[in-house]
Amino acid sequence: MADTTTAVTKTVWRAHGTARRSTHTLRLRVSATLVAVTVLAVLLVPPLVRLDQQAVDLAAKLLPPSWSHPFGTDDVGRDLLLRCVYGLRVSLLVGVVAALTATVIGTAVGATAGALGGWVDRAVMRLVDTFSSVPHLLLGVFIVAMFRPGVWPVVISVGLTHWLSTARIVRAEVLSLRSRPYIDAAVSGGASRWRVVVRHLLPGVLPQAGLAAVLMVPHAMWHESALSFLGLGLPTHTASLGTLIQGARGSLLAGQWWPTLFPGLFLIIPTLAVAGLAGVWRERINPRRRSELTL
Amino acid sequence: MLELRAITAGYDRQAPAVRDATLTVTPGESVGLLGPSGCGKSTLARVAALLHRPDAGEVVLDGTPVHRWRHRAPRELRTAVGVVFQQPRLSADPRLRLADLIAEPLRATGRRSSVPDRVAELAETVGLTPDLLTRRPHEVSDGQLQRACLARALVLRPRWLICDEMTAMLDASTTAALVGVVEAYRTSTGAGLLAVGHDRALLNRWCDRTADWKTVTGW
Repeated sequence: MADTTTAVTKTVWRAHGTARRSTHTLRLRVSATLVAVTVLAVLLVPPLVRLDQQAVDLAAKLLPPSWSHPFGTDDVGRDLLLRCVYGLRVSLLVGVVAALTATVIGTAVGATAGALGGWVDRAVMRLVDTFSSVPHLLLGVFIVAMFRPGVWPVVISVGLTHWLSTARIVRAEVLSLRSRPYIDAAVSGGASRWRVVVRHLLPGVLPQAGLAAVLMVPHAMWHESALSFLGLGLPTHTASLGTLIQGARGSLLAGQWWPTLFPGLFLIIPTLAVAGLAGVWRERINPRRRSELTL
Repeated sequence: MLELRAITAGYDRQAPAVRDATLTVTPGESVGLLGPSGCGKSTLARVAALLHRPDAGEVVLDGTPVHRWRHRAPRELRTAVGVVFQQPRLSADPRLRLADLIAEPLRATGRRSSVPDRVAELAETVGLTPDLLTRRPHEVSDGQLQRACLARALVLRPRWLICDEMTAMLDASTTAALVGVVEAYRTSTGAGLLAVGHDRALLNRWCDRTADWKTVTGW
């Protein structure tokens, strides 16, 4: 009797394990494919397909999706598929650069606070709390409003408002690493404060900071779109997902759904793909799982 | 002389882990510090290694009273004391290969040129084969890792060596090998040794003099 119970438990456990692993792999593959397709489209289409995304054809305005225009055309007859790819290119550029900026600032601030500790830590983290209490978008709008519309003000605005969470994550991680005996050993071996941070603490927080950076890319794209939608981000003639949706707002009420739907999908699909990849990554770097793998 | 005078130290001022501990180690001498688990001997070892600021009392290292601790302690004082910790797993940076682990203090103090020679020399002393040196901490056993940690403690030729329960996690033969390495280093360089532990038989055999925790703290 006891034997059967063990056998059953074992089978159940195994079945559960493989099921988990297969959805895991599926999620990884789908997300990786979508991210790869997005990046390739954005990188390859503009140089390879010699079509003018700005070409206006008033005779073909607001055409529904068809073979010649798979995503339809907008209110001045521009091909939406091409506009979406160009828009994604701008949005992705803004997203990646803004996320990198935010991660670099956040890591620097978080590592400084965590490594120095004491009153520096308290002062810096109260400053972070203060910034966090202001809504991101409001602060972003304020920063963008100070400059002429363009890509860089949006990058600066998103970068300067989104380092706070990274700073918190990095600080927490540094604090937990700082009390490990191997840091004591490094100090005893004559390492300076700087060397301890650069050689022992930062490599330890890099996976977490990297994960935060990857998750920040879609977040930053959404912010860019929100700012452009409000008419504050990119100038209207530059195709970005935000400006495309904003331009199509009027025709949505007239029953033309395609000029809003496709840019919206272009925003949502990379977001979900990146979130899927990040989820897999988070499980990989989870220390408990890693220690299980080494056992 | 490594002198600890009336040291009170801990992590909470209301409840110090060590109260009024006094201990002296002279050059070339090996002193064992015996105490039960949780009595505060590791804290005292950290104070002696200048890694933890005591709440009261004085540490005098070769006639120099120590006023600054951890990073703020002058580098010559910090590196004059080598430390081997109890758990090799926690005291080794998981990202460094054993060769880099041993060489780390040399690099940190700007002695890069002597890295290859010193690492090869010490690896032989502590009994690490060249193929082990290219592995990372999770790829070697506790005993092999502790050998590397001992090599790291010796790489700067410290005048004082503190072994905080160095052999508590190890089997008898590795214990004998590591104690042999420490003794050879001590006799050849005249360094002083403070060996902290709870194994009376081992410390009595290893050290010139064994101090009980009770006699060190006076109560």
